[in-house]
Amino acid sequence: MSNEAVLHAHSDVATHDAHGDHSHEHHHHETFITKYVFSQDHKMIAKQFLITGMVWAVLGGLMSVLFRLQLGYPDATFPWLESILGKWAKGGHITPEAYYALVTTHGTVLVFFVLTAGLSGTFANFLIPLQIGARDMASPFMNMLSYWFFFAASIVMLSSMFVETGPFSGGWTAYPPLSALGDASPGSKTGMDLWIVSMALFVVSSLLGGLNYIATVLNMRTKGMSMTRLPLTIWALFFTAVLGVLSFPVLLSGFILLIFDRNFGTSFYLSDIFVNGVGALPNEGGSAILFQHLFWFLGHPEVYIILLPAMGMVSEILSVNSRKPIFGYMAMVGSLFAIAILAFLVWAHHMFVTGLNPFLGSVFVLLTLLIAVPSAIKVFNWLTTLWRGNIRFTPGMLFAIGFVSLFISGGLTGIWLGNSALDIHLHDSYFVVAHFHIVMGVASMFGMFAGIYHWFPKMYGRYMNNTLAYMHFWITIAGAYLIFWPMHYQGLAGMPRRYYDFSIWESFKQFQDLNRFISLVAMIVFAAQFFFLFNFFYSIFKGRKLTNLNPWEANTLEWTTPIHPGHGNWVGEIPEVHRWAYDYGKDGKDFIQQTTPVGADESHH
Amino acid sequence: MSTTTTATTPKLWSGGKSPFNVEYGKLMMWYFLMSDAFTFGAFLISYGTIRFSTNGWPDPNVVFKSFPFAPEGMNAPLVFVSIMTFILIISSVTMVLAVKAGQNMDKKAVTTNLIWTIIGGIAFLSCQAWEWNHLHHEGAWWGMNPFLNADGSASSTNFTNYFFTITGFHGFHVFSGVIINIVMLIMTLMDKFEQRGHYLMIEKAGLYWHFVDLVWVFVFTCFYLI
Repeated sequence: MSNEAVLHAHSDVATHDAHGDHSHEHHHHETFITKYVFSQDHKMIAKQFLITGMVWAVLGGLMSVLFRLQLGYPDATFPWLESILGKWAKGGHITPEAYYALVTTHGTVLVFFVLTAGLSGTFANFLIPLQIGARDMASPFMNMLSYWFFFAASIVMLSSMFVETGPFSGGWTAYPPLSALGDASPGSKTGMDLWIVSMALFVVSSLLGGLNYIATVLNMRTKGMSMTRLPLTIWALFFTAVLGVLSFPVLLSGFILLIFDRNFGTSFYLSDIFVNGVGALPNEGGSAILFQHLFWFLGHPEVYIILLPAMGMVSEILSVNSRKPIFGYMAMVGSLFAIAILAFLVWAHHMFVTGLNPFLGSVFVLLTLLIAVPSAIKVFNWLTTLWRGNIRFTPGMLFAIGFVSLFISGGLTGIWLGNSALDIHLHDSYFVVAHFHIVMGVASMFGMFAGIYHWFPKMYGRYMNNTLAYMHFWITIAGAYLIFWPMHYQGLAGMPRRYYDFSIWESFKQFQDLNRFISLVAMIVFAAQFFFLFNFFYSIFKGRKLTNLNPWEANTLEWTTPIHPGHGNWVGEIPEVHRWAYDYGKDGKDFIQQTTPVGADESHH
Repeated sequence: MSTTTTATTPKLWSGGKSPFNVEYGKLMMWYFLMSDAFTFGAFLISYGTIRFSTNGWPDPNVVFKSFPFAPEGMNAPLVFVSIMTFILIISSVTMVLAVKAGQNMDKKAVTTNLIWTIIGGIAFLSCQAWEWNHLHHEGAWWGMNPFLNADGSASSTNFTNYFFTITGFHGFHVFSGVIINIVMLIMTLMDKFEQRGHYLMIEKAGLYWHFVDLVWVFVFTCFYLI
């Protein structure tokens, strides 16, 4: 049977038939529901991911402000807290249970809902079809399901905050036995059940999305768009999807075993446990460390699921705004690939102090430190892209440069933490908090902001306000360093993470003023995000209108679509691609779009 | 930098077509199966880890020795599970025949073979239901393990915990496969594939079905043979 016939057999909006001129048939009637709610248009789904992610970012950020309030002012009372948190802040003082619940939910929400769904969900959906030259994702329907599973996960997570015993409070890593025994803490009761259900829904969402991204990138590139002509954003989003598809199922297995331990009397993770007020438990033979292996087999790739999309977008934005080709394109692709492989081989560096065999530990040290190689290649390539560039300091560019800065600062401390010997001192301290917030949390947020500022004109056909954006950038970058830099010193001094009140510890009392300073800056930075939020929503309706197709004078395909692309993206035929995405400053021309045929007298690159 | 590909390079990856010459659904199915393999892999590796860190384990020849309607006390180690496995493998064969018939646009043969595959799947699930029920009557369940270790010492409940969880998870996959095959059968009978001009959906369902059979080979090995 001819596969070719099959390939073109059922062409609809998401046709593989890149060169059919079907687009004029696509102005089917759309209602509010099909256009804005159950939309199958990748651009709308991207916006849904983005705005849901932004809601979660505000909630998750607010949680951090609340627990920073406790850390900065452990003795003060805030009566207004009781009026919003009720019994969780009796007498205007956050209770320990509430504190742990806030820390846990902050972590879960930021890692999964904001920096996974909000980041790769948004930009994979938005950029993949636009930049590879496809009318939509391979399966728009599955794409829609992916968002709605994420939405369902969000609702379940949100509802867990309103149950009587509170949301889960055992840390975002959900280590058993705390997560496996309802008697272990209030948050381990209904809150934990809802947490697992929410995360399981999230895994489904991520799987549906990831399969779609992979199939779309491999199968639906327009004519001439070979893999080595793809913009680096697409390469990064592609590897992100592969990481997600291969690591989330392992987390799902771990969660299924956890559900059985919680509800059906099994002992997968439990052995020899005594609970205060309950007594000795009958469970024996299980291993709590087993969960950590399963969790971190996802957990470490997850770090790169968060980071790679930011890296890809930053590469693109740096190149466009330096008016120079990205330095070392193939090295960039190669290092993305190396990072994706190594991501699966380093999970036990989160477990150096669990009693892991030191020999095994040394293997993981080696593999972990190997990641420094592709990371350094990327950093040097970004710097050399900037080098002698004709830099345009757009807000997107500033955030992209900020990303590089944060990635260097946070990456260097990763070399410390990757050593199993140093880790004995540093693990579970504020040094770790500082490290991962800078390198993965804030850096990826910067990547996300860069992406939003850069592609906002494509999303909404209007510009965001630059003045507000510059204020947003400078307060956020200064704040990020002011918050997390001092934490390195606290961590080196042995200050442990997740403690409720340091003022009662003789060794950590000295940091009281520093803690207050950090809390203060955290509140200012949180407040500064409203510059962005206001800017974003105001500009959707009232921003300066776009008048030309290609506001940044970029080469990639998304800027060849109309200012307000319909479902199907291009009117008429999908353009053919003749060159890579980075012909900036070539042969005296400022930029040459990918759709421009190679001229006869063009120099080779 | 090889960004300007010349006309002499193979055109498979140059865009405008699928480099593997498959439509996206099949590509997705392959990636989904890879993902699912990691789920089962995680389960089986967990099982291996716990088993080898535990002193002693029940002997499968002793645990799985019963047969439906057999006289009391009959010793038939692994006979029943061998029949289950045989049924599942045969259902894979009929699935291959259905896929092959689909490629030849032979609706009648597709229908027959799909029906046989569905019967095989249901037969396997029935066998599993009987076995679970039988073990449950012997006192085995999640958190309960009546069997002794091979050396006669008391055994950890993780023997039954893992057995029911992993065979259950596999059974759930078989169940989903049967549902998918029933949908395929209905679509075949409604001439959906004839109208489309190809039976590609059957091929995708076939991939899933073979995968589930392959997983059983590993589950079978881990729980009944080792």
